[in-house]
Amino acid sequence: MTPKHHPSDAMLVAYGAGSLGEALSLAVAAHLALCPVCRRAVADIDALGGVLLDELPPRPLEDDALARTLARIDAAPDRPAHGHNHGHTDGHATCGGPWPAPLAPYVGPAAETRWQRLAPGVRRISLLPRSRHGGTAQLLRIAPGTTLPHHGHGSLELTLVLSGSFADEFGRYAPGDIAEADAATRHQPIADTDQDCVCLIATDAPLRFTSLVSRLFQPLFGM
Amino acid sequence: MNVFSVIRCGCGCVSVDMTGTPAHSLEPPPAPPSPASELSAAIVAIARQNDRAAFARLFGHFAPRVKSYLMRLGVPPAQAEDLAQDTMLAVWNKAALYDPQRAEAATWVFTIARNLRIDALRRERHPEVSDEVLADTPDGAPGADTLVADGRRERALRAALATLPADQAEVVRLSFFADLAHPAIAERLRLPLGTVKSRLRLAMGKIRKALGDDEP
Ligand SMILES: [Zn+2]
Repeated sequence: MTPKHHPSDAMLVAYGAGSLGEALSLAVAAHLALCPVCRRAVADIDALGGVLLDELPPRPLEDDALARTLARIDAAPDRPAHGHNHGHTDGHATCGGPWPAPLAPYVGPAAETRWQRLAPGVRRISLLPRSRHGGTAQLLRIAPGTTLPHHGHGSLELTLVLSGSFADEFGRYAPGDIAEADAATRHQPIADTDQDCVCLIATDAPLRFTSLVSRLFQPLFGM
Repeated sequence: MNVFSVIRCGCGCVSVDMTGTPAHSLEPPPAPPSPASELSAAIVAIARQNDRAAFARLFGHFAPRVKSYLMRLGVPPAQAEDLAQDTMLAVWNKAALYDPQRAEAATWVFTIARNLRIDALRRERHPEVSDEVLADTPDGAPGADTLVADGRRERALRAALATLPADQAEVVRLSFFADLAHPAIAERLRLPLGTVKSRLRLAMGKIRKALGDDEP
């Protein structure tokens, strides 16, 4: 079923242009695995990148550039077989098990044993060590009825629902839905069904909790 | 006196116009120098026959543009040179993964260059949905295949891009060529974030409309 809540065009353009950090890109890619509408939008954005590339004034390479590249081709053994040159997007990523394919290699094996208690009703698996851009990605498992601390956003944050659901001031989010928050947004998500809500939360900077209670939570969350 | 004229295009390749019409100028024409379908066919020829002449044609067209793209993003010239060569090496190595019905040659080369830059400069990855997954999940866009393969999507995109209002084109170009996501663009242009987001939304709306992708 096609998700109802999508990343903004601004977010999709940043993803396609390659100007988004890895954590946020991971959330977008995981949504793409579940959303044909945004896959089409991103295909258009990639094509836009192609047209922009094609229109650039060419910058000549060194005279021997082609010869050197051909020499590297000759020096390499046989060309990698189909599907072996994808980097992280190949192999096990194509059968993501319970996870959207792009997410699977980041979660790794035996996720069930790795949930760490973070706060009452909240467990976490950290997926990306903080990147050079300050982004973070983590899975949260939120018990039914749990309210996350009210928080504002210094920068961008994406929350992708993987199972269960949550609601905030802006709507209700089911599996595949993505909630986007930025500097103008404050939201207080609550897991609103009778099952755990598992979601991927990605940011391009540490979260900044705004309320006093939230500040007490912040060291716990370590975001 | 001319029965044909030599046309030197921007990428350095030379073609001969046998129609007898002299070229108006030796300046690079704004139109793409090689029909997109020829570039696309060259990638397929590499995959099928290890066609080195096809590779040389692709190199002549794309390597100087990839270098230009990287330098515009602030990559120093020597590193841009190396990354442009790496991109073309990846074109050779990944040619079997290229699907001319799914992406124009330029689109495919762009994604390779983009990802190599992210890997080399940010030491990050660009998570993606792999082609194998996509192959199993048809996107249900009727006619999309021929739209890409016969160059219509590319032409429609060029036309849409050329007619974007200046303020929308600016945020699109900053996204691709300045390595800025929307909050950083807002900072650079001293605009509210909401303004930048709405310009990108309007730009993408026009592009989707031009491609017939605005229907739900
Ligand atoms: Zn979507």
